[in-house]
Amino acid sequence: MKFSIQINEGPYQHQASDTAYLFTKAALEKGHEIFRVFFYHDGVNNGTRLTVPPQDDRNVIKRWSELSKQYNLDLVLCIAAAQRRGLLDENEAKRQGKDAHNIAEGFRISGLGQLIEAGIKADRLMVFGD
Amino acid sequence: MILHTVNKSPFERNALVSCLGHAQAGSSVLMIEDGVYGAIAGSQVADVVNNSLATVKIYVLEPDLAARGIAKEKLISGVQLIDYAGFVDLAADNTTVQAWL
Repeated sequence: MKFSIQINEGPYQHQASDTAYLFTKAALEKGHEIFRVFFYHDGVNNGTRLTVPPQDDRNVIKRWSELSKQYNLDLVLCIAAAQRRGLLDENEAKRQGKDAHNIAEGFRISGLGQLIEAGIKADRLMVFGD
Repeated sequence: MILHTVNKSPFERNALVSCLGHAQAGSSVLMIEDGVYGAIAGSQVADVVNNSLATVKIYVLEPDLAARGIAKEKLISGVQLIDYAGFVDLAADNTTVQAWL
């Protein structure tokens, strides 16, 4: 079965990203397909590569990057939400005249159309938030 | 049928009671995150949960119970424990998933 995942909250403040990650991992291990993981609202904060959590804590961002690498996941940050919160990829940083970019490995920035498509193309859209 | 997921404690917000009020017979309700507090026997909302068990299947995510130190013996009888693999199965077996955020 094809699942799409929507995450509306950032890491550490809410459990949403943890639950979404563990659900996604369990679905993949069962042989299901994850069509896309869409990060919306504060959820875009799951996509910064500049976080440095304590070593004895889970690394929420790295965990997504690694899962993406292992299963070739499509991790998409909403562009409007990302720009408001300072999440930029190399192209956007250049276009906006910023001196740095911070998007983590495996993530890409795209539009809300990607969420609509994720809802249409998948059999189930799972929403995790506060 | 619909799988409803509830992630709020019933002592913080009205999501669980509201969800149980809307859930149709034969549908499933899964308590996750702080929602697992709704599965404890003898609480203010336990009667509502108990009455719903006659028509609705109610599940609770065991890792979230464990994370909050809630022993299985404290749960309302009839509430079923599942893990993340069981969560995936529930989502697949129902035609729609509604998150009560």
